[in-house]
Amino acid sequence: MHEMAIAQGILDIVLKTAAENQVAKVTGIKLLIGQMTQVEPECLKFGFTALSMGSIAEGANVEIKIVPLVGLCNSCRQEFPVENYCFLCPKCNSASVTVVSGRELAVEYLEGE
Amino acid sequence: MKIQVMTNILEKNDQIAAEVHERLSAAGIFVVNLMGSPGCGKTSLLENTIVGLKNEISMAVIEGDLFTAKDAQRIEQHGVPVVQINTGGGCHLDANMISTVLDSLDLGSLDLIVIENVGNLVCPAEFNIGEDVKVTVLSITEGEDKPLKYPLIFKQASAVILNKVDLLPYTNFDMQAAITDITTINPHAILVQASCQSGIGLPEWYGWLKEQIRMKKTRSI
Repeated sequence: MHEMAIAQGILDIVLKTAAENQVAKVTGIKLLIGQMTQVEPECLKFGFTALSMGSIAEGANVEIKIVPLVGLCNSCRQEFPVENYCFLCPKCNSASVTVVSGRELAVEYLEGE
Repeated sequence: MKIQVMTNILEKNDQIAAEVHERLSAAGIFVVNLMGSPGCGKTSLLENTIVGLKNEISMAVIEGDLFTAKDAQRIEQHGVPVVQINTGGGCHLDANMISTVLDSLDLGSLDLIVIENVGNLVCPAEFNIGEDVKVTVLSITEGEDKPLKYPLIFKQASAVILNKVDLLPYTNFDMQAAITDITTINPHAILVQASCQSGIGLPEWYGWLKEQIRMKKTRSI
């Protein structure tokens, strides 16, 4: 369960950001989790709840936005949602495809007082 | 009060991974992060690779394992330097674990380090550990549905080894489906059908690996 390691990463970022901005109590955290990451959202929330106990982020509402997997064809510039993990361009069948989104693991913002 | 952050959660790990990569690149060492399920044949592939390349390549092994040193003992018998990392139940290696063991290897004398990750198709795929390439091993007995079930570990791989092909006659493994799925997930990976028992496919793997090592040396000079 590597969600614990990721939850620790989130807590580190949250506590550092809160300290830098003189936040005494963190009330909300918004996370961006790409569709193509190996993260189970409920597991991650559970891990964060456990790790944040006793810190200024204890009890913070964790909101997770799942970011869809989108590819960009480098040959014909078509942008397309990647379905069934097929990374071939649906328009020209090119294998040269860049992942535009869907691999995010980020803290977008936090709310506090 | 709302504070924009937009920070990558794995930033700290990625920073350490970049430092590890830089240090090993400066020494001209090519680094493989070897991944796959428990029992897929990672250690067997590694043992064969050591024997197959011993006269040409100077290599060391970093073994990731939950609790035991069983794999490290297997590697040690082949006379190559091996460092054991026990994650104590942790499901993957991270960059810091690699960083802390580098000093126990004689980096000046090496061409190749293979890091055998913890047996797992999920977690290791998410953590960079300073490698040049990720290599994923999938064995025939696991079934051809695994690439679509665990796409990230196949997407991240530069090479996929389909291991235990000597068992094909005894299974209902659909090789064509496996190849189609792996190549649509990752059109750029090389795919080697191999068996560590019969030795089939291993020369192709050795050839690819040697070419990668040679290119890394050329870049480092």
